[in-house]
Amino acid sequence: MASVSMRPCGDFRTSYKDDSRLFDTALTARIGIGFLLALYLLVGLPLAFPGLADWPVLGWFADSYFLSLGIQICLYGVAAMGLNILVGFTGQISLGHAAFFGVGAFSSAWLNNTWGIPVVLAIPLAGLMAAAVGLLFGAPAARIKGLYLAIATLAAQFIIEDLFVRLDWFTGGSSGAMANAPELFGFAFDTDQTYFLFALTITIVLTVLATNLMRTRDGRALVAVRDHYLSAEVMGINLTRYRVMSFGLAAFYAGIGGALYAHYLMFVSAEAFTILLSIQFLGMIIIGGLGSVKGSILGTIFMVLLPEVMAGGMGMLQATEWGNQPFLVNGLAFLREMAIGAAIILFLIFEPDGLAHRWRQIRAYWSLYPFSH
Amino acid sequence: MSEKQPILDVRDVSLHFGGVRALSNVAFQVNRGELFAIIGPNGAGKTSMMNCISGRYSPTQGRIFFKGQDITGLPANRRTEVGIGRTFQNLALFGHMTVLENIMVGRHHLLRNNFLTGSLYWFTGARDEELAHRRAVEEIIDFLEISPIRKATAGTLSYGLRKRVELARAIALKPDLILLDEPMAGMNQEEKEDMARYIVDLNEEWGMTVIMIEHDMGVVMDISSRVMVLDFGQRIALGLPDEVINDPYVRKAYLGEDDTPDEPLPPPSVPPELAAVAEANAARRAAR
Ligand SMILES: Nc1ncnc2c1ncn2[C@@H]1O[C@H](COP(=O)(O)OP(=O)(O)O)[C@@H](O)[C@H]1O
Ligand SMILES: [Mg+2]
Repeated sequence: MASVSMRPCGDFRTSYKDDSRLFDTALTARIGIGFLLALYLLVGLPLAFPGLADWPVLGWFADSYFLSLGIQICLYGVAAMGLNILVGFTGQISLGHAAFFGVGAFSSAWLNNTWGIPVVLAIPLAGLMAAAVGLLFGAPAARIKGLYLAIATLAAQFIIEDLFVRLDWFTGGSSGAMANAPELFGFAFDTDQTYFLFALTITIVLTVLATNLMRTRDGRALVAVRDHYLSAEVMGINLTRYRVMSFGLAAFYAGIGGALYAHYLMFVSAEAFTILLSIQFLGMIIIGGLGSVKGSILGTIFMVLLPEVMAGGMGMLQATEWGNQPFLVNGLAFLREMAIGAAIILFLIFEPDGLAHRWRQIRAYWSLYPFSH
Repeated sequence: MSEKQPILDVRDVSLHFGGVRALSNVAFQVNRGELFAIIGPNGAGKTSMMNCISGRYSPTQGRIFFKGQDITGLPANRRTEVGIGRTFQNLALFGHMTVLENIMVGRHHLLRNNFLTGSLYWFTGARDEELAHRRAVEEIIDFLEISPIRKATAGTLSYGLRKRVELARAIALKPDLILLDEPMAGMNQEEKEDMARYIVDLNEEWGMTVIMIEHDMGVVMDISSRVMVLDFGQRIALGLPDEVINDPYVRKAYLGEDDTPDEPLPPPSVPPELAAVAEANAARRAAR
C-alpha cells in the first residue's frame, strides 16, 4: 500500500508498534544512538585514561573550550525544548522564559545550600519549583492571547527578575549565590569532562521524555489547542487546562536547564536571566523549528556556535593588516548580537520551519538517493 | 432509561446575538437510531442549533436534554463523555498533524494516559494504551477508505478528503449522537455518494444516531428518517421527508417558490401557529 510520507522503499511496517517508534527509520535510530555512544566514548576515554588527551582528535573531546560549548548546548537546549512545548507545540508566546530558567538556577542552589539536599535531587526539585512558578503565572496568562499574552509574560519576566534581587534569603540578593557541583555515590562532576557527560545524560533523558509526550494523549492535545482550539474543545479537550499545563511544562524544562547552568558555573547571579536571554531562547526555537523537539536542540547548537564562529572569523580578520580598525576591535560584542538578530530574521524569511525542516528534507533526499527526483 | 425515550430533547430553545434572533423557541426530539436531517436557507439557524447541542453556544432560553440528562449548561469539552460528537461546516482539522494524529485526538476522552505517564511511555502502560486505541482508529480509517493518506499532513489534503478525515475524527469519539454540519458541501457527485453511504453505514451498522444539516435535497430525501425545516430561526416544518418536501410553506420558504404564479395554497398541513410563522418569514424575505 502506498504511503505519501517519505520513507525508504521496502521499509514496510508490519505492526502499529513498529509504526510508532521513537525514530522513524531503523537507520536514523542507529545513527542517532551511534552518535551519542561515540560522544560518551570520545569524552569518556580521555577522562578514564588522561594520557589519551594528548592524542590528536581525541584531544578535542578533552578540551575545556569545546566541552564548555557542549555543556551550554545541553543546558540551554533543555530550556529551549521547554519553550518549544509552550510556543511551538501549544501556540502560546512567552517573553519570560529566562525568568523561569533563573528560578530553576536559584532554587537548585538554595535547596542544596540551605537544606543540604544533594544536587542530583535538587535539580529535578528545582524543575518542579520552576514549574510551580510557571503555573502561578500561567494560570491567568492562559486565558489571554496574542499580544496581551506577550505583555503578561513580559511582566512575569520583570517581576521575577526583580524578586531575584529582593529575595535575599533565597537568591543571595545582589551578591548572588554559590552552587556546588553535583555528586553521585561520592563521584563529583566538577570538571568540564564529567559535567558534560552529566548534562548530556540529563538532556537525553528530557529529550526522550518530550518526544514521548508529543506522541501521546496530552502532547496531541497541546498541538490540537494550537491548530484549532474550537475543534479541540469538541474533542473533549479542556483548553484552559492544557494552556496552563504547557506553561508548567515549559517552566519545568527551563528550571532544569537553569539548575544545570547554576551547578556548572557554581555561581548564580540575577544579571544572567534578563529579557535578552528570553529572546535568545525564542531565537533558538525559531531557528531550530517551532514544534520540533529535535529542532530545539539544533537551534540551540546554532545559537551557541554562531557567536563563536563569529569571534573566530573576527579573530582572523584582526590578524590581517587592516584588522586593527576601531570598529572591528570595539564592535565585536556588538556584531555578535547583530549576527544573532540577522540569523533570526533570515530564518523567519527563508526557512520559517527551521533547521528541523531542512534536516528532514536532507534526510529524505539521502534516503531516496540516487532516485531522489 | 427506556428505549422509547428520545436520545435528544430540545425544549423551546432560543438563541439571540444582540438583536439577531438566530433561534426562536425551537423544539424537537430525536429518537435513538434516527438519521435526522435539518434543512433551511442560509442563515436559518441550523449551525446555531448544532452549536447549542454541542455546547459551543449556550441557549438564551430553553433547555436541552440528552439521554434524559439536562446538558444545557455542560461545557463543550465535557460533552464527548456523555456521547456527543460533531463535525464543522467549515473545515476544522488540526492542519499540521497527520491524518492519523487527527483521528487519535478523537480518542482523547477515552485515553487515560497523561503528560506524566505519556512521557514515561514504556514504563506506565501508555504505549499499550495508545496502541490499543490505534487499532480502533485503524478500523475507522478502513471504514472511510482513507488508509493511503493516513500519514499525510491534514492541511495538505483536498477538500473532500479533509471532510472525510473530519468525519473519521468525530467517529473516533465513539459518540452515541453525531452532528454533521453540511458534510457534503462543496463535493462533487461521486464524493457525495460516498459520503452518503458512509453516513448510512454509520447510522445502520455502527448504530449512531445522526443529525445532519444538508442542502442537497436529493440526499436528504434518500437517507434521512425525518426532516426538520428551519427558517429565520424558527421551526416551520418537521416530519417524514415526503411530508416535508410537499409542504407548501416549506416550498415557499426553502425552495424559493415565491414567484410562481399565484395559485391558492392548499390547506396547511402544519399547525396554524407555524403556518403563520412561515408566512411572516416569506413576507420578510420578500421585503429584503
Ligand atoms: N457568533 C455569532 N454572532 C452573531 N451572529 C451570529 C453568530 N452565529 C450566527 N449568527 C447569526 O445567526 C443566524 C443564523 O446563523 P447560522 O446558524 O450560521 O445559519 P445556518 O447554519 O442555518 O446557515 C445568522 O443570521 C447569523 O448571522
Ligand atoms: Mg451553517
